Amino acid sequence: MKKTYLSQKIAFSFLFLATLLVVVPVGLIVVIIVEKGVSAITWQFLADIPRQGMRAGGIFPAIVGTIYLVVGAIIFALPIGLLAAVYLSEYAKDNFLSRMIKLAIVNLAGVPSVVYGLFGLALFVVFFRFGTSILSGSLTLGIMILPIIIATSREALESVPYLFREVSRSLSASKWQTIRHIVLPNALPGILTGTILGLGRAAGETAPILFTVAAFYLPQLPKSIFDQAMALPYHLYVISTQVPNVDEKIRYGTALVLLTLVLFMNLVAILIRYRFRKKKSW
Amino acid sequence: MEIQANEILSIIGPANSGKTSFLRTLNRLNELQANVKVEGTVELDNQDIQKIYIELLRKRVGMVFALPTPLPLSILLNVTYGVRMHGITNKKRLRDIAERALKQSYLWDEVKDRLHESAFKLSGGQQQRLCIARTLAVEPEVILFDEPCSGLDPISTAKVEDAMLELKRNYTIVLVTNNVKQAARVGDRTAFFLSGELIEIDTTDKIFTVPRDQRTDEYIRGKFG
Repeated sequence: MKKTYLSQKIAFSFLFLATLLVVVPVGLIVVIIVEKGVSAITWQFLADIPRQGMRAGGIFPAIVGTIYLVVGAIIFALPIGLLAAVYLSEYAKDNFLSRMIKLAIVNLAGVPSVVYGLFGLALFVVFFRFGTSILSGSLTLGIMILPIIIATSREALESVPYLFREVSRSLSASKWQTIRHIVLPNALPGILTGTILGLGRAAGETAPILFTVAAFYLPQLPKSIFDQAMALPYHLYVISTQVPNVDEKIRYGTALVLLTLVLFMNLVAILIRYRFRKKKSW
Repeated sequence: MEIQANEILSIIGPANSGKTSFLRTLNRLNELQANVKVEGTVELDNQDIQKIYIELLRKRVGMVFALPTPLPLSILLNVTYGVRMHGITNKKRLRDIAERALKQSYLWDEVKDRLHESAFKLSGGQQQRLCIARTLAVEPEVILFDEPCSGLDPISTAKVEDAMLELKRNYTIVLVTNNVKQAARVGDRTAFFLSGELIEIDTTDKIFTVPRDQRTDEYIRGKFG
């Protein structure tokens, strides 16, 4: 009896250690980046353009560029993703075609991000002649986050109890009325969560914007969606590997801004989910 | 089989005897699910229900489910859900409809001061009467009750049964129930289902005193079920 208890304790501590190992890198990344980068964060750093070949000045154009890209991606991906999710969860019959579509979405999620970049270059930059522009970059990022939005939206829609639909239909509401008045409102928090997670992903990716939008050094703000723009992840890549003698402080400062942006979005997603769980009544 | 206007037809039978499936063919709710095949015809006022526009059919044939099924909305919005879907938006009118329906299901006095609270805050019995009110608000001709008291305590059950007897004057009621005594209490006529087949249908008195089929007799006396 005592022996089983001991072996159980040992097993538990192994499990606990494994769990701890997951947390450690996350904590370390945050600690190191904050420690090395926080001294770079000044008002000038956030609001000024890069100067002296990006060795001084700020990262304002990159912040703005990232925001433009993320907003553009979501304008493109949210309506399409949401409509696709509604179709798949509410209308599609379980047949060969709908199974193929679902399979395609799963595969789309597994495509490496650099392949999206190449695809965006071929389709938007070259074929549609959008050039390297915010438009091309947003569309590329939009396609990249489509599977995230579709998957999370579908999950949110399908988690609305089937009984609600039955009740609504039995009260002689049409299918669309049921979706519009019962299913969508109750799935909204889940859809929002998925969307924000997608946003975070779009903000942090380098490869898809590499060939489609990112400017190496562009000390001014974009004037239209057909302009090139700087973006935080690419800027970080550039000042870390392409430009010699950049102060470490600036690199970690940039990383800190990017990290804060992404973590902040994830935090908002978590808060929405948490508030909804508390409010949920069934 | 025929169901007459302004009667309560109770349907009894053991689990899996097809009572609920039968009920759900009457408002074509079975067809919501994929892989359901429906054969035969059901007529409402001598008209094949497959030929009635489906939303109109469900307006004429309302349904109350086995468990209380409030929608995640306020009490008022629950009761008026059906009519709002039919395009009524006038607030005063919606409130009047809600008041009338809630009075018919004996719930008005308990909820009149909290119409904007979530329907989930009501007790189980109140929720079920809310569901009845919600069905009544659409003003159907036929109401299908699918074991409406299976999740309720005896007092709530009595209230629901009272409501049904009262409703009989204006509505035709089909009541599926697991509770043989309930069928005896409220049904004008009773049908006995077994393994997907209608074994016997007659006035409640006859079914409970001189059933023609031996299986009906055995079920009613509790020999199986």
